[in-house]
Amino acid sequence: MIEKTGVPSKEAVLEQFPERIVLVKPKAIIECYKEIPCNPCSTSCPFDAIHVPEDINVRPTIDFDACTGCGICVYHCPGLAITVMQVKDQKVMMKIPYEFTPLPKVGEQRNVLDRSGAVLTQGTITKVQTSPKQEKTALIHVEMDAAHLHDAITIEVTHGSHES
Amino acid sequence: MKQVEVLIIGAGPAGLSAADILLEAGASVAIVDRSDRVGGQLTKQTHMFFGSQAHYASKRGIDILTILFDKIKHHPNLHMFTNTTVAGLYPDKVVACVQESRYFTLQAKAIIVATGASEKSLPFENNDLPGVYAAGAVQTLMNVYGVKPGDKVLMVGSGNIGLIVTYQLMQAGVIVPMLVEAAETISGYLVHASKIKRLGVDLRMRTSVKRALGTKHVEGAQIWQLDEQWQGIPGTEETIPVDTICLAVGLSPLTELLQQIGAEVTYINELGGHVPRLNDRFETTVDGVFACGDVAGIEEASSAMIAGTIAGLEAALKRGYKIENVAERRASLHASLATLRSGPHAAKIRKGHEKLGVKS
Repeated sequence: MIEKTGVPSKEAVLEQFPERIVLVKPKAIIECYKEIPCNPCSTSCPFDAIHVPEDINVRPTIDFDACTGCGICVYHCPGLAITVMQVKDQKVMMKIPYEFTPLPKVGEQRNVLDRSGAVLTQGTITKVQTSPKQEKTALIHVEMDAAHLHDAITIEVTHGSHES
Repeated sequence: MKQVEVLIIGAGPAGLSAADILLEAGASVAIVDRSDRVGGQLTKQTHMFFGSQAHYASKRGIDILTILFDKIKHHPNLHMFTNTTVAGLYPDKVVACVQESRYFTLQAKAIIVATGASEKSLPFENNDLPGVYAAGAVQTLMNVYGVKPGDKVLMVGSGNIGLIVTYQLMQAGVIVPMLVEAAETISGYLVHASKIKRLGVDLRMRTSVKRALGTKHVEGAQIWQLDEQWQGIPGTEETIPVDTICLAVGLSPLTELLQQIGAEVTYINELGGHVPRLNDRFETTVDGVFACGDVAGIEEASSAMIAGTIAGLEAALKRGYKIENVAERRASLHASLATLRSGPHAAKIRKGHEKLGVKS
Protein backbone atom coordinates (compact mmCIF):
# COMPACT_ATOMS: atom_id res chain seq x y z
CA MET A 1 0.00 0.00 0.00
CA ILE A 2 2.62 2.55 1.10
CA GLU A 3 4.49 1.73 -2.12
CA LYS A 4 1.57 3.15 -4.09
CA THR A 5 0.29 5.91 -1.84
CA GLY A 6 3.18 7.05 0.34
CA VAL A 7 0.87 6.45 3.33
CA PRO A 8 1.84 3.66 5.75
CA SER A 9 -0.92 1.35 6.99
CA LYS A 10 -2.36 1.95 10.44
CA GLU A 11 -0.84 -1.34 11.64
CA ALA A 12 2.60 -0.38 10.39
CA VAL A 13 2.34 2.95 12.21
CA LEU A 14 1.17 1.37 15.47
CA GLU A 15 4.14 -1.01 15.40
CA GLN A 16 6.48 1.96 15.74
CA PHE A 17 4.86 3.13 18.99
CA PRO A 18 5.68 1.87 22.46
CA GLU A 19 2.92 1.19 24.96
CA ARG A 20 0.99 4.29 25.92
CA ILE A 21 2.38 4.32 29.48
CA VAL A 22 5.93 4.69 28.09
CA LEU A 23 4.89 7.92 26.39
CA VAL A 24 4.50 9.81 29.67
CA LYS A 25 8.06 10.65 28.72
CA PRO A 26 8.90 11.84 25.19
CA LYS A 27 10.07 9.11 22.80
CA ALA A 28 11.23 9.09 19.17
CA ILE A 29 8.87 7.40 16.72
CA ILE A 30 10.80 6.20 13.68
CA GLU A 31 8.88 5.72 10.46
CA CYS A 32 11.49 4.19 8.20
CA TYR A 33 9.47 1.49 6.49
CA LYS A 34 11.85 0.33 3.78
CA GLU A 35 15.54 -0.48 3.72
CA ILE A 36 17.66 2.41 2.47
CA PRO A 37 21.40 2.87 2.95
CA CYS A 38 21.35 5.38 5.80
CA ASN A 39 22.45 5.69 9.42
CA PRO A 40 22.50 9.28 10.80
CA CYS A 41 19.63 8.54 13.22
CA SER A 42 21.88 6.05 14.95
CA THR A 43 25.17 7.96 14.79
CA SER A 44 23.56 11.22 15.93
CA CYS A 45 21.91 9.75 19.03
CA PRO A 46 23.82 10.83 22.16
CA PHE A 47 22.14 8.11 24.26
CA ASP A 48 22.92 5.13 22.01
CA ALA A 49 19.20 4.45 21.78
CA ILE A 50 18.93 3.94 18.02
CA HIS A 51 20.73 1.10 16.33
CA VAL A 52 21.63 0.54 12.70
CA PRO A 53 24.10 -2.31 12.15
CA GLU A 54 27.21 -2.17 9.99
CA ASP A 55 25.03 -2.93 6.98
CA ILE A 56 23.40 0.48 6.92
CA ASN A 57 20.56 -0.79 4.72
CA VAL A 58 19.00 -2.47 7.74
CA ARG A 59 16.13 -0.48 9.27
CA PRO A 60 16.83 1.24 12.57
CA THR A 61 15.64 -0.17 15.88
CA ILE A 62 15.05 1.91 18.98
CA ASP A 63 15.51 1.20 22.66
CA PHE A 64 12.70 3.16 24.32
CA ASP A 65 14.36 2.81 27.73
CA ALA A 66 17.42 4.67 26.50
CA CYS A 67 15.58 7.23 24.34
CA THR A 68 15.06 10.58 26.10
CA GLY A 69 13.01 12.15 23.31
CA CYS A 70 15.61 14.90 22.90
CA GLY A 71 14.83 15.26 19.19
CA ILE A 72 18.41 15.27 17.87
CA CYS A 73 17.65 12.35 15.51
CA VAL A 74 14.56 14.24 14.26
CA TYR A 75 16.61 16.93 12.54
CA HIS A 76 19.41 14.57 11.49
CA CYS A 77 17.15 12.16 9.61
CA PRO A 78 17.50 13.01 5.89
CA GLY A 79 14.11 11.42 5.25
CA LEU A 80 12.35 13.54 7.89
CA ALA A 81 10.91 10.24 9.07
CA ILE A 82 11.21 10.71 12.84
CA THR A 83 8.93 12.56 15.26
CA VAL A 84 8.94 12.69 19.05
CA MET A 85 5.69 11.96 20.89
CA GLN A 86 4.64 12.39 24.49
CA VAL A 87 1.23 12.12 26.11
CA LYS A 88 0.58 14.19 29.21
CA ASP A 89 -2.64 15.53 30.76
CA GLN A 90 -4.76 14.37 27.80
CA LYS A 91 -2.49 16.29 25.45
CA VAL A 92 -0.05 15.08 22.82
CA MET A 93 3.25 16.91 22.71
CA MET A 94 4.77 16.32 19.30
CA LYS A 95 8.16 17.41 17.98
CA ILE A 96 8.50 17.55 14.21
CA PRO A 97 11.17 18.56 11.69
CA TYR A 98 10.23 21.66 9.68
CA GLU A 99 12.02 23.09 6.64
CA PHE A 100 9.76 25.88 5.42
CA THR A 101 9.81 29.65 5.87
CA PRO A 102 8.49 31.56 7.63
CA LEU A 103 8.79 29.41 10.73
CA PRO A 104 5.68 29.16 12.90
CA LYS A 105 5.60 31.32 16.02
CA VAL A 106 5.13 30.17 19.59
CA GLY A 107 1.48 30.40 20.56
CA GLU A 108 0.28 30.17 16.97
CA GLN A 109 -2.58 27.79 16.09
CA ARG A 110 -1.78 25.54 13.14
CA ASN A 111 -3.67 22.84 11.33
CA VAL A 112 -2.25 19.42 12.22
CA LEU A 113 -2.10 16.96 9.33
CA ASP A 114 -2.26 13.19 9.14
CA ARG A 115 -0.10 10.98 6.93
CA SER A 116 -2.36 11.48 3.92
CA GLY A 117 -2.30 15.27 4.23
CA ALA A 118 -5.81 15.62 5.68
CA VAL A 119 -6.44 18.16 8.45
CA LEU A 120 -6.97 16.40 11.79
CA THR A 121 -7.28 19.21 14.26
CA GLN A 122 -5.71 22.44 15.40
CA GLY A 123 -2.52 22.38 17.41
CA THR A 124 -0.68 25.03 19.39
CA ILE A 125 2.96 25.74 18.66
CA THR A 126 4.74 25.62 22.03
CA LYS A 127 8.38 25.89 21.01
CA VAL A 128 10.45 26.57 17.90
CA GLN A 129 14.01 25.27 18.11
CA THR A 130 16.69 26.38 15.70
CA SER A 131 20.41 26.21 16.19
CA PRO A 132 23.41 26.07 13.87
CA LYS A 133 23.78 22.38 14.81
CA GLN A 134 20.38 21.66 13.29
CA GLU A 135 21.68 22.78 9.88
CA LYS A 136 18.48 24.56 8.88
CA THR A 137 15.99 21.90 9.95
CA ALA A 138 13.88 23.48 12.70
CA LEU A 139 12.36 21.43 15.49
CA ILE A 140 8.77 22.50 16.11
CA HIS A 141 6.89 21.52 19.27
CA VAL A 142 3.13 21.20 18.77
CA GLU A 143 0.51 20.45 21.40
CA MET A 144 -2.91 18.96 20.63
CA ASP A 145 -5.63 16.69 21.96
CA ALA A 146 -4.36 13.22 22.93
CA ALA A 147 -6.89 11.57 20.60
CA HIS A 148 -4.59 12.31 17.66
CA LEU A 149 -1.51 10.53 19.02
CA HIS A 150 -1.29 7.91 16.27
CA ASP A 151 -2.46 10.05 13.38
CA ALA A 152 -0.70 13.41 13.75
CA ILE A 153 2.46 13.68 11.67
CA THR A 154 3.08 17.32 10.72
CA ILE A 155 1.58 20.81 10.51
CA GLU A 156 0.21 22.59 7.49
CA VAL A 157 2.70 24.82 5.70
CA THR A 158 1.73 28.46 5.49
CA HIS A 159 3.99 30.57 3.35
CA GLY A 160 2.24 33.88 4.04
CA SER A 161 3.87 37.18 3.19
CA HIS A 162 7.49 37.27 4.20
CA GLU A 163 7.06 39.96 6.87
CA SER A 164 8.78 39.24 10.16
CA MET B 1 50.40 22.51 -26.03
CA LYS B 2 50.17 22.78 -22.26
CA GLN B 3 51.00 19.56 -20.42
CA VAL B 4 49.01 18.51 -17.36
CA GLU B 5 49.48 15.42 -15.26
CA VAL B 6 46.00 14.19 -14.37
CA LEU B 7 43.07 15.84 -16.06
CA ILE B 8 39.62 15.50 -14.50
CA ILE B 9 36.61 16.31 -16.65
CA GLY B 10 33.73 17.45 -14.45
CA ALA B 11 33.90 19.19 -11.05
CA GLY B 12 30.94 17.37 -9.52
CA PRO B 13 31.02 15.07 -6.50
CA ALA B 14 33.00 12.36 -8.36
CA GLY B 15 35.54 14.72 -9.94
CA LEU B 16 36.20 16.70 -6.76
CA SER B 17 36.64 13.51 -4.72
CA ALA B 18 39.10 12.16 -7.29
CA ALA B 19 41.04 15.44 -7.20
CA ASP B 20 41.27 15.35 -3.41
CA ILE B 21 43.03 12.01 -3.18
CA LEU B 22 45.26 12.71 -6.20
CA LEU B 23 46.47 15.97 -4.64
CA GLU B 24 47.00 14.20 -1.34
CA ALA B 25 49.15 11.61 -3.13
CA GLY B 26 51.27 14.38 -4.66
CA ALA B 27 49.93 14.48 -8.21
CA SER B 28 49.31 17.64 -10.18
CA VAL B 29 45.65 17.95 -11.15
CA ALA B 30 43.70 19.99 -13.68
CA ILE B 31 39.91 20.07 -13.42
CA VAL B 32 37.84 21.22 -16.36
CA ASP B 33 34.17 22.07 -15.92
CA ARG B 34 31.82 23.72 -18.37
CA SER B 35 29.99 25.60 -15.65
CA ASP B 36 31.18 28.80 -14.02
CA ARG B 37 30.38 27.19 -10.66
CA VAL B 38 32.18 24.23 -9.21
CA GLY B 39 30.13 21.34 -7.83
CA GLY B 40 28.03 19.85 -10.60
CA GLN B 41 24.66 18.78 -9.24
CA LEU B 42 25.74 19.49 -5.66
CA THR B 43 25.22 23.23 -6.31
CA LYS B 44 21.46 22.73 -6.25
CA GLN B 45 21.03 19.95 -3.73
CA THR B 46 19.55 21.69 -0.73
CA HIS B 47 18.33 18.47 0.89
CA MET B 48 20.12 16.29 3.44
CA PHE B 49 21.95 13.30 1.98
CA PHE B 50 21.39 9.67 2.84
CA GLY B 51 24.17 7.19 3.38
CA SER B 52 26.65 6.65 6.14
CA GLN B 53 27.45 9.54 8.44
CA ALA B 54 31.09 8.65 7.74
CA HIS B 55 30.43 9.82 4.17
CA TYR B 56 28.61 13.09 4.80
CA ALA B 57 25.09 11.67 5.32
CA SER B 58 22.67 14.09 6.96
CA LYS B 59 24.57 17.03 5.45
CA ARG B 60 23.02 19.04 2.65
CA GLY B 61 24.50 18.66 -0.85
CA ILE B 62 25.47 22.34 -1.07
CA ASP B 63 27.32 22.08 2.24
CA ILE B 64 29.11 18.90 1.13
CA LEU B 65 30.29 20.85 -1.90
CA THR B 66 31.84 23.48 0.37
CA ILE B 67 33.59 20.79 2.42
CA LEU B 68 34.93 19.01 -0.70
CA PHE B 69 36.09 22.14 -2.48
CA ASP B 70 37.54 23.86 0.60
CA LYS B 71 39.83 20.86 1.05
CA ILE B 72 41.46 21.35 -2.33
CA LYS B 73 40.83 24.84 -3.65
CA HIS B 74 44.06 26.46 -2.42
CA HIS B 75 46.28 23.52 -3.29
CA PRO B 76 49.27 24.72 -5.34
CA ASN B 77 49.06 21.64 -7.59
CA LEU B 78 45.44 22.26 -8.56
CA HIS B 79 44.58 24.05 -11.77
CA MET B 80 40.93 24.91 -12.28
CA PHE B 81 39.45 25.55 -15.70
CA THR B 82 35.85 26.63 -15.12
CA ASN B 83 33.57 27.90 -17.86
CA THR B 84 35.48 25.46 -20.03
CA THR B 85 33.94 22.76 -22.17
CA VAL B 86 35.91 19.74 -23.30
CA ALA B 87 35.04 19.60 -26.98
CA GLY B 88 37.06 16.52 -27.83
CA LEU B 89 39.31 13.77 -26.52
CA TYR B 90 41.96 12.51 -28.92
CA PRO B 91 44.65 9.80 -29.00
CA ASP B 92 47.68 10.44 -26.79
CA LYS B 93 45.28 12.06 -24.33
CA VAL B 94 45.04 15.35 -26.17
CA VAL B 95 42.11 17.32 -24.81
CA ALA B 96 40.45 20.06 -26.85
CA CYS B 97 38.93 22.77 -24.67
CA VAL B 98 36.72 25.77 -25.35
CA GLN B 99 36.69 28.51 -22.75
CA GLU B 100 34.14 31.10 -23.79
CA SER B 101 35.37 31.85 -27.33
CA ARG B 102 38.95 30.72 -26.75
CA TYR B 103 40.06 27.32 -28.05
CA PHE B 104 43.07 25.56 -26.58
CA THR B 105 44.48 22.09 -26.13
CA LEU B 106 45.93 20.27 -23.14
CA GLN B 107 47.80 17.01 -23.02
CA ALA B 108 47.40 14.75 -20.01
CA LYS B 109 49.23 11.71 -18.65
CA ALA B 110 45.97 10.33 -17.22
CA ILE B 111 42.34 11.37 -17.59
CA ILE B 112 39.41 10.88 -15.24
CA VAL B 113 36.08 11.31 -16.98
CA ALA B 114 33.44 12.42 -14.46
CA THR B 115 31.05 14.12 -16.85
CA GLY B 116 27.85 13.00 -15.12
CA ALA B 117 24.59 12.63 -16.96
CA SER B 118 21.91 14.45 -18.91
CA GLU B 119 18.19 14.36 -18.28
CA LYS B 120 15.82 12.23 -20.27
CA SER B 121 12.65 13.63 -21.75
CA LEU B 122 9.21 12.18 -22.32
CA PRO B 123 7.31 12.14 -25.61
CA PHE B 124 3.82 13.65 -25.43
CA GLU B 125 1.86 16.16 -27.46
CA ASN B 126 3.06 19.74 -26.95
CA ASN B 127 6.08 18.72 -24.89
CA ASP B 128 7.96 21.61 -26.47
CA LEU B 129 5.67 24.25 -24.94
CA PRO B 130 7.40 26.76 -22.67
CA GLY B 131 6.64 25.60 -19.16
CA VAL B 132 7.68 21.99 -19.76
CA TYR B 133 10.94 21.57 -17.87
CA ALA B 134 13.28 18.82 -16.79
CA ALA B 135 13.59 18.51 -13.01
CA GLY B 136 17.27 19.41 -12.97
CA ALA B 137 16.51 22.64 -14.81
CA VAL B 138 13.82 23.49 -12.28
CA GLN B 139 16.30 22.87 -9.48
CA THR B 140 18.90 25.06 -11.16
CA LEU B 141 16.42 27.91 -11.60
CA MET B 142 15.20 27.70 -8.01
CA ASN B 143 18.23 26.76 -6.01
CA VAL B 144 21.08 28.27 -8.00
CA TYR B 145 19.49 31.39 -9.49
CA GLY B 146 16.60 31.98 -7.09
CA VAL B 147 14.06 32.06 -9.90
CA LYS B 148 10.61 30.58 -9.35
CA PRO B 149 9.94 28.28 -12.33
CA GLY B 150 6.16 28.52 -12.10
CA ASP B 151 3.28 28.85 -9.66
CA LYS B 152 1.63 25.47 -10.02
CA VAL B 153 3.55 22.38 -11.10
CA LEU B 154 2.65 18.87 -12.20
CA MET B 155 5.55 16.56 -11.35
CA VAL B 156 6.17 13.57 -13.62
CA GLY B 157 8.18 10.70 -12.13
CA SER B 158 8.47 9.29 -8.62
CA GLY B 159 12.18 8.55 -8.48
CA ASN B 160 14.17 10.33 -5.80
CA ILE B 161 14.68 13.35 -8.07
CA GLY B 162 10.94 13.76 -8.70
CA LEU B 163 10.13 13.36 -5.01
CA ILE B 164 12.91 15.67 -3.81
CA VAL B 165 12.29 18.39 -6.40
CA THR B 166 8.58 18.32 -5.49
CA TYR B 167 9.53 19.00 -1.89
CA GLN B 168 11.96 21.75 -2.91
CA LEU B 169 9.29 23.39 -5.08
CA MET B 170 6.98 23.43 -2.06
CA GLN B 171 9.76 24.95 0.02
CA ALA B 172 9.98 27.72 -2.57
CA GLY B 173 6.26 28.39 -2.17
CA VAL B 174 5.23 26.70 -5.42
CA ILE B 175 2.07 24.59 -5.40
CA VAL B 176 2.49 20.97 -6.54
CA PRO B 177 -1.01 19.49 -6.60
CA MET B 178 -0.01 16.17 -8.12
CA LEU B 179 2.80 13.79 -9.01
CA VAL B 180 2.22 11.14 -11.66
CA GLU B 181 4.17 7.91 -12.07
CA ALA B 182 3.90 5.47 -14.98
CA ALA B 183 4.96 2.46 -12.91
CA GLU B 184 2.83 0.51 -10.44
CA THR B 185 4.71 1.76 -7.38
CA ILE B 186 6.78 4.68 -6.14
CA SER B 187 10.31 4.22 -7.42
CA GLY B 188 12.25 6.49 -5.03
CA TYR B 189 12.69 6.24 -1.27
CA LEU B 190 9.35 5.91 0.54
CA VAL B 191 10.42 8.42 3.18
CA HIS B 192 10.66 11.07 0.44
CA ALA B 193 7.22 10.09 -0.88
CA SER B 194 5.65 10.17 2.59
CA LYS B 195 7.17 13.59 3.20
CA ILE B 196 5.29 15.16 0.26
CA LYS B 197 2.16 13.06 0.64
CA ARG B 198 1.58 14.35 4.18
CA LEU B 199 1.79 17.88 2.80
CA GLY B 200 -1.07 17.15 0.43
CA VAL B 201 0.52 16.08 -2.88
CA ASP B 202 -1.71 13.66 -4.77
CA LEU B 203 0.47 10.70 -5.83
CA ARG B 204 -0.95 8.84 -8.84
CA MET B 205 0.56 5.56 -9.97
CA ARG B 206 0.08 4.08 -13.47
CA THR B 207 -0.58 7.59 -14.75
CA SER B 208 1.20 9.71 -17.33
CA VAL B 209 0.88 12.93 -19.30
CA LYS B 210 -1.14 12.68 -22.50
CA ARG B 211 -0.61 16.24 -23.64
CA ALA B 212 0.35 19.68 -22.47
CA LEU B 213 -2.43 22.21 -22.88
CA GLY B 214 -1.95 25.83 -23.99
CA THR B 215 -0.77 27.70 -27.04
CA LYS B 216 2.08 30.02 -25.99
CA HIS B 217 2.89 28.40 -22.65
CA VAL B 218 1.60 25.59 -20.46
CA GLU B 219 -1.91 26.27 -19.18
CA GLY B 220 -2.67 22.77 -18.05
CA ALA B 221 -1.81 19.13 -18.37
CA GLN B 222 -4.03 16.35 -19.59
CA ILE B 223 -3.16 13.14 -17.79
CA TRP B 224 -4.43 9.62 -18.29
CA GLN B 225 -4.14 6.22 -16.70
CA LEU B 226 -1.88 3.56 -18.20
CA ASP B 227 -2.62 -0.09 -18.78
CA GLU B 228 -0.26 -3.02 -18.15
CA GLN B 229 1.46 -2.36 -21.50
CA TRP B 230 2.12 1.26 -20.49
CA GLN B 231 -0.47 2.48 -23.00
CA GLY B 232 -2.87 5.31 -22.18
CA ILE B 233 -6.45 4.22 -21.48
CA PRO B 234 -8.91 6.33 -23.50
CA GLY B 235 -11.70 7.74 -21.36
CA THR B 236 -9.51 8.16 -18.26
CA GLU B 237 -8.27 11.65 -19.22
CA GLU B 238 -8.26 14.37 -16.59
CA THR B 239 -7.23 17.98 -16.92
CA ILE B 240 -4.94 19.38 -14.24
CA PRO B 241 -4.70 23.17 -14.19
CA VAL B 242 -0.97 23.89 -13.89
CA ASP B 243 1.43 26.35 -15.53
CA THR B 244 4.44 24.06 -15.37
CA ILE B 245 5.11 20.39 -16.14
CA CYS B 246 8.28 19.09 -14.56
CA LEU B 247 9.83 15.91 -15.98
CA ALA B 248 11.84 13.70 -13.64
CA VAL B 249 11.98 10.65 -15.86
CA GLY B 250 15.56 9.53 -15.54
CA LEU B 251 19.09 10.33 -16.57
CA SER B 252 21.52 9.18 -19.30
CA PRO B 253 25.28 8.90 -18.75
CA LEU B 254 27.28 11.46 -20.78
CA THR B 255 29.71 9.04 -22.42
CA GLU B 256 30.32 10.87 -25.72
CA LEU B 257 33.87 11.86 -24.81
CA LEU B 258 34.70 8.33 -23.75
CA GLN B 259 33.35 7.00 -27.02
CA GLN B 260 35.38 9.55 -28.92
CA ILE B 261 38.63 8.41 -27.34
CA GLY B 262 37.76 4.83 -28.17
CA ALA B 263 36.67 3.49 -24.79
CA GLU B 264 34.35 0.52 -25.11
CA VAL B 265 30.78 1.27 -24.04
CA THR B 266 27.76 -0.98 -23.72
CA TYR B 267 24.07 -0.12 -23.62
CA ILE B 268 22.71 -1.12 -20.22
CA ASN B 269 19.16 0.03 -19.65
CA GLU B 270 19.40 -0.38 -15.85
CA LEU B 271 22.36 1.99 -15.71
CA GLY B 272 20.67 4.67 -17.81
CA GLY B 273 22.10 4.04 -21.28
CA HIS B 274 25.60 3.66 -22.73
CA VAL B 275 28.16 3.06 -20.00
CA PRO B 276 31.90 2.40 -20.22
CA ARG B 277 33.34 -1.02 -19.53
CA LEU B 278 35.56 -0.56 -16.47
CA ASN B 279 38.04 -2.83 -14.72
CA ASP B 280 38.10 -2.98 -10.92
CA ARG B 281 40.41 0.05 -10.90
CA PHE B 282 37.68 2.06 -12.68
CA GLU B 283 39.86 2.31 -15.76
CA THR B 284 38.19 2.12 -19.17
CA THR B 285 39.46 -0.03 -22.01
CA VAL B 286 41.74 2.90 -22.93
CA ASP B 287 44.93 2.80 -20.88
CA GLY B 288 45.08 5.66 -18.35
CA VAL B 289 41.51 6.84 -18.94
CA PHE B 290 39.31 6.35 -15.89
CA ALA B 291 35.57 6.96 -15.37
CA CYS B 292 33.51 7.51 -12.23
CA GLY B 293 30.19 8.95 -11.11
CA ASP B 294 27.00 8.99 -13.16
CA VAL B 295 28.91 8.66 -16.46
CA ALA B 296 29.66 5.09 -15.40
CA GLY B 297 26.01 4.34 -14.58
CA ILE B 298 23.29 6.39 -12.88
CA GLU B 299 23.48 6.26 -9.09
CA GLU B 300 23.43 8.71 -6.20
CA ALA B 301 25.92 11.47 -5.35
CA SER B 302 27.02 9.48 -2.29
CA SER B 303 28.21 6.64 -4.54
CA ALA B 304 29.76 9.15 -6.95
CA MET B 305 31.98 10.55 -4.17
CA ILE B 306 33.26 7.10 -3.22
CA ALA B 307 33.72 6.03 -6.85
CA GLY B 308 35.58 9.29 -7.51
CA THR B 309 37.93 8.59 -4.62
CA ILE B 310 38.59 5.09 -5.97
CA ALA B 311 39.28 6.40 -9.48
CA GLY B 312 41.58 9.08 -8.04
CA LEU B 313 43.43 6.55 -5.90
CA GLU B 314 43.98 4.21 -8.84
CA ALA B 315 45.08 7.03 -11.13
CA ALA B 316 47.58 8.15 -8.47
CA LEU B 317 48.99 4.63 -8.14
CA LYS B 318 49.21 4.33 -11.89
CA ARG B 319 51.23 7.54 -11.98
CA GLY B 320 53.61 5.97 -9.47
CA TYR B 321 52.57 7.80 -6.32
CA LYS B 322 52.52 6.08 -2.96
CA ILE B 323 49.37 6.07 -0.89
CA GLU B 324 49.60 5.10 2.76
CA ASN B 325 47.70 1.97 3.80
CA VAL B 326 46.58 1.58 0.22
CA ALA B 327 45.24 -1.95 0.51
CA GLU B 328 43.17 -1.06 3.53
CA ARG B 329 41.80 2.16 2.03
CA ARG B 330 40.94 0.49 -1.23
CA ALA B 331 39.12 -2.32 0.56
CA SER B 332 37.22 0.11 2.76
CA LEU B 333 36.15 2.25 -0.22
CA HIS B 334 34.92 -0.77 -2.14
CA ALA B 335 33.09 -2.02 0.94
CA SER B 336 31.32 1.35 1.37
CA LEU B 337 30.31 1.34 -2.27
CA ALA B 338 29.05 -2.23 -2.00
CA THR B 339 26.92 -1.25 1.00
CA LEU B 340 25.32 1.63 -0.90
CA ARG B 341 24.57 -0.81 -3.70
CA SER B 342 23.25 -3.62 -1.53
CA GLY B 343 19.78 -2.45 -0.50
CA PRO B 344 16.51 -3.20 -2.28
CA HIS B 345 16.59 0.23 -3.95
CA ALA B 346 19.87 -0.62 -5.65
CA ALA B 347 18.50 -3.81 -7.27
CA LYS B 348 18.46 -2.09 -10.65
CA ILE B 349 22.09 -1.01 -10.33
CA ARG B 350 23.12 -4.53 -9.33
CA LYS B 351 21.26 -5.97 -12.31
CA GLY B 352 22.96 -3.46 -14.59
CA HIS B 353 26.40 -4.35 -13.26
CA GLU B 354 25.63 -8.02 -13.65
CA LYS B 355 24.76 -7.45 -17.32
CA LEU B 356 27.95 -5.48 -17.70
CA GLY B 357 29.84 -8.36 -16.10
CA VAL B 358 31.25 -6.44 -13.14
CA LYS B 359 30.92 -6.88 -9.40
CA SER B 360 28.68 -4.35 -7.65
